[in-house]
Amino acid sequence: MTTLPQPRPGPGPLFGLAVVELASEQAAWAGKLLADLGAEVTLVEPPGGHATRSIGPFVDDRPGPERSLWWWHHHTSKNGVVLDLDTGAGVELLGRLIARSDIVLEAEQPGHLAARGIDRNDSMVASPALIWVSVSPFGQEGPRAQDPVTDLTLMAGGGPVWNCGYDDHSLPPVRGLGGQAAHVAGVHAAMATLAAVVDRHSSGLGQHIDVNMHAALNVTTESGSYEWLVAEHTVQRQTGRHASVSPTSPTQVQAADGRYVTVGFPPRHARDYQAILDWMEELGLGSAFPDRVLLEMAVERGGVSIVELGQDPIVDQIWSAGRAAMAFIAAHVDARTCFDGFQQRGIVCGIVNAPEEVIADPHFVARGFPTPVDHDDLGRTVTYPGAPMLFSRSPWRIRSRAPHIGEHQSGLPGLLDASE
Amino acid sequence: MTTDSGGERPTPALAGIRVCDLSGQLAGAGATRYLAAFGAEVIRVEDPTNKGGWDIIRGAPPFVDERRGIDMGGGFNNHNVGKWGVTLNLRTDEGKEMLAGLIRTSDVVTENFAAGVFARMGFSYDALCELRPDIIYVSNCGFGQTGPYREYKTWGPIVQACAGLTFDAALAGHEPAGWGFSYMDHMGANYMALAVLAAIVHRNRTGEGQWVDIACAETGATLTGTDILDFGVNQRPTRRPGSVDSNRSAHPAMAPHGIYPANGEDAWVAVACRDDADWAACRTVIAEEWAGAAQFAHLEGRLAQQDALDVQLAGWTCTRDRQQVAGLMVAAGVPAAAVALPEDRIDHDAVTADWGLWPTVHHSLMGDVRVEGLPVHLSRTDWAIDRGAPCLGEHNEKIFRGLLGLAAEELADLAERGVL
Repeated sequence: MTTLPQPRPGPGPLFGLAVVELASEQAAWAGKLLADLGAEVTLVEPPGGHATRSIGPFVDDRPGPERSLWWWHHHTSKNGVVLDLDTGAGVELLGRLIARSDIVLEAEQPGHLAARGIDRNDSMVASPALIWVSVSPFGQEGPRAQDPVTDLTLMAGGGPVWNCGYDDHSLPPVRGLGGQAAHVAGVHAAMATLAAVVDRHSSGLGQHIDVNMHAALNVTTESGSYEWLVAEHTVQRQTGRHASVSPTSPTQVQAADGRYVTVGFPPRHARDYQAILDWMEELGLGSAFPDRVLLEMAVERGGVSIVELGQDPIVDQIWSAGRAAMAFIAAHVDARTCFDGFQQRGIVCGIVNAPEEVIADPHFVARGFPTPVDHDDLGRTVTYPGAPMLFSRSPWRIRSRAPHIGEHQSGLPGLLDASE
Repeated sequence: MTTDSGGERPTPALAGIRVCDLSGQLAGAGATRYLAAFGAEVIRVEDPTNKGGWDIIRGAPPFVDERRGIDMGGGFNNHNVGKWGVTLNLRTDEGKEMLAGLIRTSDVVTENFAAGVFARMGFSYDALCELRPDIIYVSNCGFGQTGPYREYKTWGPIVQACAGLTFDAALAGHEPAGWGFSYMDHMGANYMALAVLAAIVHRNRTGEGQWVDIACAETGATLTGTDILDFGVNQRPTRRPGSVDSNRSAHPAMAPHGIYPANGEDAWVAVACRDDADWAACRTVIAEEWAGAAQFAHLEGRLAQQDALDVQLAGWTCTRDRQQVAGLMVAAGVPAAAVALPEDRIDHDAVTADWGLWPTVHHSLMGDVRVEGLPVHLSRTDWAIDRGAPCLGEHNEKIFRGLLGLAAEELADLAERGVL
């Protein structure tokens, strides 16, 4: 059994990097990635708190600036300060904060900061090692730089939505939930930031990073893009499986308990077909599956190979029967039994979990994914999604819950006192 | 070393970083593609005994001009631009010794085999450390290297189902639509690149390498975080009737908010009114009596009547061109976007064109092919993508002569004996 090296308690891989993040919806995820990886992130909000504190759901369904679960999730491990950037004093303080930082992260409307007297170029001239990261819907320049967007319109215009939905095309295509436009752009912002940090180790110089959300989604559609780039083919959406140029067989099956599983690729090896036959027998379904003889034929002929498909009609029938057999078993057992049963027989299968089922799943629990975070203010410990990746020496870690409005104002003496 | 002055191209951000890359598909190859675009030297190692067929898209469609072959896969080319390609038969001692030689001279080792496979080949993390004490090793698979599911097999759709993402993409009253592409191959690759970069930052500061283990299903589960918190804090499961209606927005609450039919076959347009002001502007664009109804003037009324509102709005959009609707709405300040087909966003989109999002690379056999660029621009050390994916073993001579000092005759002998 493989064991990972025991992580040492200690700082994350980005220890020592100071980040100023201007609170926003679109750069919050990038800030969380950097913060949970060990950077010192100072989150700057306007007086009264940033507007995203009003995004629900809320603790006990009671709205309030310290009760937004969106805010909690996106701002772990950060320190929070308030600066009024509509005042000269606030702008001046931000400038001082930036001057002692390595990285600025912002998602203001392009041109908005400059109009308030916060000039990126001036900051970068004054601090040549500064890395300034701007996240925006369409990039900092261009005809659409000021267009209004939401997650839905970005996902629809950027490509992912075209791929997603149902076989029935009278139903609209579907946008997956979770704020994925900001997640995709956020991880790209974090990746580019670290590329610039590595560059700075040798060059000593910083630079500006322009992160374009529309472009990020455009390169997040898998074959949606490259089927067109290479062959000018257009993929078409299908229920619960990849969009495809030519229709493919369904893979999502409702199990006996009403939950769904995804059976994916049909089996190829003789041992897989034998395992399916044996499992049917155990379940008392041996004679109920109409194409049993095709499964037995697959065992006898030593499995099937993909290259035989379309060449040999029997292979095509076996292939279809394998898929049908998996769906048949799925319909007779609960989803959990189906998932474990196929996987433990070496056959690929997935279970369509709801998010709350993931956090309670024994595998995720065994790997330490559910992460308790102390909310001292509410006297509660709350379970958060944990590490997106396990570092053996410099662990990812949620160091603290999201900050209250101005919670760390006093933690920066000499810099922020003058704001009083 | 080149500098900014004199118009010379500065040294790339990741110049001097060498990656010994055994990863493939998209979840692995997408990570090292990113590193190569910023100047890392990525050496992709493939198995000659099955002609690199472990990576199932190596010879898979789409093809340029329908020219088929193991070197001709359009997706493979897209995911492997800018890398060097070598072959090593790791079932032979000489092949293993040559891989060890490459690892000794590399900063990073990446792989996304099934859990445990690389260790069984003789390249456990401990073995890698013996070859190079400060090695950075990043492994990436569906469920990670430890835990009850470590032997379970996955591919993108399985990961997405198990992570909660499939469940969170559905229309109310319908089964999950899921993601019509391997979203988690993209995001798994992004997080893998982030892991490599963060580990380099740590190594540059401390001199220490480490092992980063990525389980894509865990990475995916971080992307549904607010749902997980809502369950943990409010005991509200996502698995309840009507809780997932992906094209609507519960948090923040918006209405209208959906994907509506437009004139033409399978033509759709997304419209999102963030607040009452957006609706007032939307109403003016619609300029029909129903839109002026008092019951729709405020968010509460629109939410209460959302089904009726959607029917009315769909009745208006369905006779109009999707681009025209989006244009009118955006001009009025309302977020909107036509659901973009691949052709729209690749060939007829000023933002992606101006960005240079679809660079052309030269591939030794395919010729000039368009591929995906990156959604970021760095002002000083930007990415560059110009060289196509390697053909199988295309750079054996360059790499093995240059890095391992083998002579041409030795390489010919190794090839003759099936080591290369």
